[in-house]
Amino acid sequence: MATKHSRAAARLMISPAVLLLLGWMIVPLAMTLYFSFQRYNLLMPGMEEWIGLANYQYFLTDPAFFDALINTLLLVGGVLVITIIGGIFLALLLDQPFFGQGVVRILVIAPFFVMPTVSSLVWKNMFLNPVNGLFAHAAKALGLQPYDFFAQAPLASIIGIVSWQWLPFATLILLTALQSLDQEQLEAAEMDGAGPLSRFFYIMVPHLARAITVVILIQTIFLLSVFAEILVTTNGGPGTSSTNLTYLIYAQSLLQFDVGGGSAGGVVAIVLANIVAIFLMRMIGKNLEA
Amino acid sequence: MARQVKTSRKIAFTVIAWGVGLAIFFPILWTFLTSFKTEADAIADPPLFLNFHWTLENYTAVQERSDYFSHFMNSVIISVGSTLAGLVIAVPAAWAMAFVPGKRTKDVLMWMLSTKMLPPVGVLVPLYLLFRDAGLLDTRIGLVIVLTLINLPIIIWMLYTYFREIPGEILEAARMDGASLKAEILYVLTPMAVPGIASTLLLNIILAWNEAFWTLNLTAANAAPLTAFIASYSSPEGLFYAKLSAASTMAIAPILIMGWFSQKQLVRGLTFGAVK
Repeated sequence: MATKHSRAAARLMISPAVLLLLGWMIVPLAMTLYFSFQRYNLLMPGMEEWIGLANYQYFLTDPAFFDALINTLLLVGGVLVITIIGGIFLALLLDQPFFGQGVVRILVIAPFFVMPTVSSLVWKNMFLNPVNGLFAHAAKALGLQPYDFFAQAPLASIIGIVSWQWLPFATLILLTALQSLDQEQLEAAEMDGAGPLSRFFYIMVPHLARAITVVILIQTIFLLSVFAEILVTTNGGPGTSSTNLTYLIYAQSLLQFDVGGGSAGGVVAIVLANIVAIFLMRMIGKNLEA
Repeated sequence: MARQVKTSRKIAFTVIAWGVGLAIFFPILWTFLTSFKTEADAIADPPLFLNFHWTLENYTAVQERSDYFSHFMNSVIISVGSTLAGLVIAVPAAWAMAFVPGKRTKDVLMWMLSTKMLPPVGVLVPLYLLFRDAGLLDTRIGLVIVLTLINLPIIIWMLYTYFREIPGEILEAARMDGASLKAEILYVLTPMAVPGIASTLLLNIILAWNEAFWTLNLTAANAAPLTAFIASYSSPEGLFYAKLSAASTMAIAPILIMGWFSQKQLVRGLTFGAVK
């Protein structure tokens, strides 16, 4: 039983973590908010002044913002669709009895551990390059014209690379959920004459629903912040065709030194991420009670 | 009851599963093989699979070109340092929340998690300026601080879910047998907590090793870890596939091996205990 004494000790043990996270959250957030109302460019020191909502007005009416917003949605949505559908198939496959299950599982999980800069550069150069890439070699061998992926379809190429990185994560979580499915329930359904399709849709999908939700929410948090993959492949281009919100704010802050405008963008990004976060927190909070 | 599986069905699935597994793994395998080729062999058409002249020259070239080893050490120091610092702060906190839960423990946990939802780009500008003014830009200690803070919620959550599974009865039993508080912590709780702490350590080193937003934005030359080192290959000169492959292989090999060991904990850690 917890005594008064142990309560005080517990509070003491928790406080360093709480204070650090509180500082980490409040100090930069307050600064971002403050800068977002300022004219503040690192190239023009001493010119700082309060300009109200002008930064937000510029940022939100900039056509690049609209492009970046659409690209962000396409990137997050595209990767989610590919990884969840692919992940369900892979989880079902890995759940079947076959020889060497452990090894195949390791092969499938591997891309998740590859750092983003490595996977992007390997894909960009050794696979998607229109002259020396393996896909170009394959196209030539088949008598086709090589395709210049990053010039013709920059965003789709990035979606492909990011999907390769996140497919293992979705697979692993869905597989874990699938393995907790009661086998007797499936057998009972089979004896009652349920075919493979109805067993999949009426027993497996409802059982996986929770895991799928978790995958969607957690991947969304990370996918909203995709950065390195864009930086080392397209730099957001051509034009803004592969610029997402994170990259746009980075470019505005650290390439154009527009602290005020970048901060306004940062606030917008925080608001958008919070909308996703609220749903995720509800899911995890419910689990805590169980 | 286990169902009898037909051998023919099992063989068919073996072929399919291995085919799919190898296809997903192929880019890593190809990078590994290319790292032992000459630059000419690396872009040969048709591609050379195993029948090329094997060489180690790329590995030495990468070291000479850009001092691979110092970047490797930066990665080690930053990922291990931030993980250890995080554990020092997180172990007492998670311990207290798991064993002496109060009315507001759940709220504190949820609030900690919510800090993780903050998009990094939202605080990029102030952090960059704070680091510039404090002289922390492009220093290892600066990155250790940032990575400690961004991963702290994950560390606390993982530890909390592990600690919560340690049964309280075992403590009461120890107390009945006359164990002092010190003996209780040392001989009963610690051995039961070590596996959880080890898994947390492993997963967090992996996350910190691969972190590629702050490491790219807050470092230049001195403190750049492997993520930033590899990014320098994005504007190449001449033939560089074999060298890129050698650098990539060295950058991912240690973490790939650690990752394979920690795959079971990965699910729990990254879903904050929502899927086990």
